[in-house]
Amino acid sequence: MSESAENAEPRSDAEPLSGLQPGQRGKVTAIEVPGAMRGRVMEMGFTIGTVIEVVRFAPMGDPMEFKVRGAHISLRKAEAAGIRVQRI
Amino acid sequence: MADPAQIFRRIAIAGNPNTGKSTIFNLLTGLRQKVGNYPGVTVEKKTGRFFGSHGEVMELLDLPGSYSLQVRSPDEAVSRDVLLGRVPGTPRPDAIIAVLDASNLDRHLYLVAQFLELDIPVIVALNMVDVAEKRGLTIDLLALKNSLGVPVIPMVASRGQGLIELKQALSRATLHVSDQKAQLPIVLEREVAALSRMLKGHAGSVRSEAMLLLSLEDERLATEVKGDAILLTEIHAARERLKLSGLDPIAAPVDARYAWVSEVCASTVHRQGEDSHGLTFSDHIDQILTHKLWGWLAFVGMMALMFVCIFVVAQAPMDWIRSAMQAVAKWTGAHLPAGDLRSLIVDGVIVGVGNVVVFLPQILILFFFLGLLEDSGYMARAAFIMDRLMSRVGLHGKSFVPLLSSFACAIPGIMATRTIENRNDRFVTILVAPLMSCSARLPVYAIMIALLMPASNVWSKAGVMLCMYLIGVIAAFVMAGLFKKTILRSETPMLLLELPPYRAPVFRGIVQRMWERAVLFIRRAGTVILALSVILWALLSFPKPPEPNATQSEILSHSIGGRMGHAIEPVIAPLGYDWKIGIGLVASFAAREVFVSTMGQIYNIEDAKQDNEDLRTQMRDERRADGTPVFTPLTCLSIMVFYVLAMQCLSTVAIVRRETNSWRWPLFQIAYMTVLAWIGAFVVYQGGHLLGFR
Repeated sequence: MSESAENAEPRSDAEPLSGLQPGQRGKVTAIEVPGAMRGRVMEMGFTIGTVIEVVRFAPMGDPMEFKVRGAHISLRKAEAAGIRVQRI
Repeated sequence: MADPAQIFRRIAIAGNPNTGKSTIFNLLTGLRQKVGNYPGVTVEKKTGRFFGSHGEVMELLDLPGSYSLQVRSPDEAVSRDVLLGRVPGTPRPDAIIAVLDASNLDRHLYLVAQFLELDIPVIVALNMVDVAEKRGLTIDLLALKNSLGVPVIPMVASRGQGLIELKQALSRATLHVSDQKAQLPIVLEREVAALSRMLKGHAGSVRSEAMLLLSLEDERLATEVKGDAILLTEIHAARERLKLSGLDPIAAPVDARYAWVSEVCASTVHRQGEDSHGLTFSDHIDQILTHKLWGWLAFVGMMALMFVCIFVVAQAPMDWIRSAMQAVAKWTGAHLPAGDLRSLIVDGVIVGVGNVVVFLPQILILFFFLGLLEDSGYMARAAFIMDRLMSRVGLHGKSFVPLLSSFACAIPGIMATRTIENRNDRFVTILVAPLMSCSARLPVYAIMIALLMPASNVWSKAGVMLCMYLIGVIAAFVMAGLFKKTILRSETPMLLLELPPYRAPVFRGIVQRMWERAVLFIRRAGTVILALSVILWALLSFPKPPEPNATQSEILSHSIGGRMGHAIEPVIAPLGYDWKIGIGLVASFAAREVFVSTMGQIYNIEDAKQDNEDLRTQMRDERRADGTPVFTPLTCLSIMVFYVLAMQCLSTVAIVRRETNSWRWPLFQIAYMTVLAWIGAFVVYQGGHLLGFR
């Protein structure tokens, strides 16, 4: 499903961070995490322009692990979906 | 020791979690530590003293590890308020030691950027320089010192390196406030300056406070300004103006600080070779420990190893304590004249306290393992692996750590819930934490399993015990799901978890924490449990029956405790218990482990000549009026299930009262758990009967 959406749009368009596979990297273009957690996500290093690498999915498929500014941070897919990235 | 007037300097130590902050704290202060509480909140206040290079008295305050000074929970407010000098009874620190992980300055300098905004002298303890070196990072210390404007001390805290230099830096006659700061966009700087003027009367750095308030999410802002409507309006107006000029008020300060951090790193950290794509040691371990199959095997294996150790390794030291206590009881019994005093000291004090102190080895092993898991970095992986399961009942991966700690004792577990930001999630975790089988249940399980299957080997005994743990875990999950859907309804909380690099644990630190726990436990045995043992002894001894030649059994039956046991017998008979077990249950509502000592007292008092006989044998020989044994396998199971599910711990009630700041929650917790325990035991006993078991 995500494959076809990807093909329909040009690659440079922002997509949710949760759509990336382990090993893929993306540059943050927007943070649309709701409520009080938005600032915290940014303070953990997910700021606009930062390059984020997907490291792995947890054994049960969720949450995800990311490499951000040299640290490993885990977010659930639902929350990672609020972070828009441009794949590089 | 020195009186407060002689304190030369008060220093706060702060940093991100997993930077070795506690190791440095312990290195500096050794055993000269004091643990207390901040007024009004439940955050632990840990202070210690040490001597500077010239013998000056320094006071060191350990601030909770955090990623930011921004306040999103009452817990985080403490660090900020201390640094602003607003906590009554805690003077504003003269300096901050900022502990950084040298191998990851990109991230750790963020907190330093916030410290520099505070206008307090900062000293950077650049920890783990050896790890950074191994990763091919060269840090230009002089350049770092210059761009931060503060002293930078390279350290390897786990080996004590850099300690003398740190002390020297702290002992300097004057410490300077750095003139380096993250540069804010002009519009933001203007708003910060305007807001600062409104905050003039406040203690500490008003600029720092203005920045924190401007970028605080609405949910928290109202509590922070404490009903100051003018200030609140002004903050909202400033934010609107910022938005009009294209700035996101929450993102702008964060971006500015990170931009500053990147600038500092660019001129100070040099990378040799292509490290960014290479896998580190931690990555290799994680490929196994978070693997779809191996990850689970490792997780289950570690938990199993922990419980086998608690059961097997602790056996020998427990036997030593037991025989030492018996020897003391025998010696005392032989040297005191028969009568109430001897009975009080031998049956009340020595037997009562002894039966509890016996569990010290198991508690120590448990805390050793928890310390190992925490310090190595595995605890965060456990939360990572378990989050999917936890979120199914609406909980957070972070609830896993408090629940796991509750296997040792619900009290540290409930205290560990403070890391959970959302109130409802935190309360759900608190409500179900005592369902995790704590070490105080071990004595009950141990004696019941010994009665249930005296001839079986240690593995099948461990198997039954594991089942009891599982019943508690399942009950905790079911109840958590139920509470999340009813009384504490809220969205599944967000997960934001750092998976720190794996590290070799510092054994000194783990042993020190084990020691602290041991002292706490012994103190509890020496106070609460001692008092309960004496009260219990009195309840079981008085009033005396009128006829002077009454048998021990008649004395017991006539006593207040005996009458209470009789009174609740109709309620507990369907669970397979007689009135003597009822006495044990009544006594256990103070503390679970008291059950064993109560049983000890009941049978010792009842049959004085059998002083030295093993409690288990006495319980096995116990008969009902019709001659059938009291402790049938079904009764033993029923008792165990009751103890899995019931809230029987005064200390936990007290801590829940303190953590939730109301009597409502602890009372509700007692009620629901007691009902749950009765139903569970009823199902086991009556269901077992229907299936033809006895």
